[in-house]
Amino acid sequence: MSKARMSPLRSGFVHLALAAYTVIALFPVVLTIMNSLKDKNAIFRTPLALPTAETFSLIGYTTVLKQGDFIGYFQNSLIVTVVSIFFALLFGAMAAFALSEYRFRGNTLLGLYLAIGIMIPIRLGTVAILQGMVAAGLVNTLTALILVYTAQGLPLAIFILSEFMRTVSDDLKNAGRIDGLSEYAIFFRLVLPLVRPAMATVAVFTMIPIWNDLWFPLILAPGEATKTVTLGSQVFIGQFVTNWNAVLAALSLAIFPVLILYVIFSRQLIRGITAGAVK
Amino acid sequence: MSSAISSEDSIQISARPRRWHILVFLLPAFIVYSAVMILPLIETLRLSLFNTVDGQSTFVGLANFQVLFGDERWAADFWRALKNNFIFFTIHMLVQNPLGIALAAMLSIPKLRLAAFYRTAIFLPTVLSFVIVGFIWKLILSPIWGITPFFMDLVGLKAFFGPWLGKPGSALITVSLISVWQNVGIPMMLIYAALLNIPDEVIEAAECDGITGWSQFWKIKLPLILPAIGMVSILTFVGNFNAFDLIYTVQGALAGPDGATDILGTLLYRTFFGFQLQLGDRSMGATIATVMFLIILAGVSLYLFGIQRRVRRYQF
Repeated sequence: MSKARMSPLRSGFVHLALAAYTVIALFPVVLTIMNSLKDKNAIFRTPLALPTAETFSLIGYTTVLKQGDFIGYFQNSLIVTVVSIFFALLFGAMAAFALSEYRFRGNTLLGLYLAIGIMIPIRLGTVAILQGMVAAGLVNTLTALILVYTAQGLPLAIFILSEFMRTVSDDLKNAGRIDGLSEYAIFFRLVLPLVRPAMATVAVFTMIPIWNDLWFPLILAPGEATKTVTLGSQVFIGQFVTNWNAVLAALSLAIFPVLILYVIFSRQLIRGITAGAVK
Repeated sequence: MSSAISSEDSIQISARPRRWHILVFLLPAFIVYSAVMILPLIETLRLSLFNTVDGQSTFVGLANFQVLFGDERWAADFWRALKNNFIFFTIHMLVQNPLGIALAAMLSIPKLRLAAFYRTAIFLPTVLSFVIVGFIWKLILSPIWGITPFFMDLVGLKAFFGPWLGKPGSALITVSLISVWQNVGIPMMLIYAALLNIPDEVIEAAECDGITGWSQFWKIKLPLILPAIGMVSILTFVGNFNAFDLIYTVQGALAGPDGATDILGTLLYRTFFGFQLQLGDRSMGATIATVMFLIILAGVSLYLFGIQRRVRRYQF
């Protein structure tokens, strides 16, 4: 593979441009975390300096942990995200298996029906969703959020997983059938383990919008006991606008888990978005 | 797939039993999806044709839409939100997508050192929530903190600094650019993947013909990634006409200053959920949601039937 060599000058420019944009992308995040570890004077006097021994202070974090129930918010977000992903993956994989494995009347039509949700956002039905949740007595419960996010995650999960399930060899499944495995056993014991990488990709994809959503927590579960981290920090920061230590600490607390997960899963995520083009 | 069916047929050749397992596999997803997503959507569309008359829900035909488009209490807000939403979308198309293409083009240069690092770093803002992004930028742009004036001073532009988020003339552009900063990772990644999928032979053939550098990008690569650009555009369109979180975080539910950053999402929220003194109005909320649905449906249909079918796809 001979590629035309890039001149050092051109490659220098490319690096300069990419590095410049990298700084633009990272700077606000770094700035926030850096200043959350300083005392109030230092935040204003030397916002661009790293915290030193004199300026280091955790006052913001102590305020946040004392005033807002951030541990509770985290717990809520975690429960909602994990349970929704679990059901979206389980139900999605089951439906994807049925659509890709069996031929039955209405298969294509059902596939199209389940794909509507990829393009049409679930938010547009909020008026009636709220009405339904009020009628079912689910307002201010995590169940309401879990139901909504499961439904929101299903279309893409079914779409991606059925593509992958088509690639699982028929011979394997037929061998299982000859050995007397039920269709359920074939799905759970043969097919599911084989599409695990695709499931991981779907899980990462589904997770980000659920964790970050503000709309549904705001409308369906604004109560103190059911606030998610996104809504919790939104409300908290709104109340503490003038307390810069607290605001920066709350922001950092909201960033950390996402940042850690992102560092761990970024390869998986990027490979998923680029459909495997990036190795 | 066909062999699976035939084997099953041969095993159970007499009186084919109902294949209950198909139903069991499909039912959970179908029920949750229909009950929480499709039925509420249909119900919302239906509600837009009803309104409360004398305390009773009555069919009013298209009267709600007439009110929304023409009544003085509603029309001004609605048309302003629609116009702002189009501006919001236009800025994304003009800034976010070309920037994404440029970054992807640079990242896809073969054997570029540090490419994985740049890629991961530039995509980071995309995984943060709108709430975090909104507040961070609110702080950075705040005249109180003085970060932005400091940097503008470095390049001698301090005189041009202003409280951009607070001025009606610049607020919408500023919010749009914050959103661009956050979301540029998506077009970058999708187009990056498309660029990597161009086979080496095509590039080598171009090089043999002496087409390199800029002209190679414009003449060879760009036509090949047009389907990806189309895809990115429709994703941007749907995302923008459904946006809410960032504006709510940065400018509040009233989408200030003076409604200058009000888009359909924030208008929908205020209308159906109510805000401060304004009471929630379910019918009008459903009407706005229906308008948003029709706009998104029109965009998606235009893409599926107009653009996606016409764009030339090359099979490698």
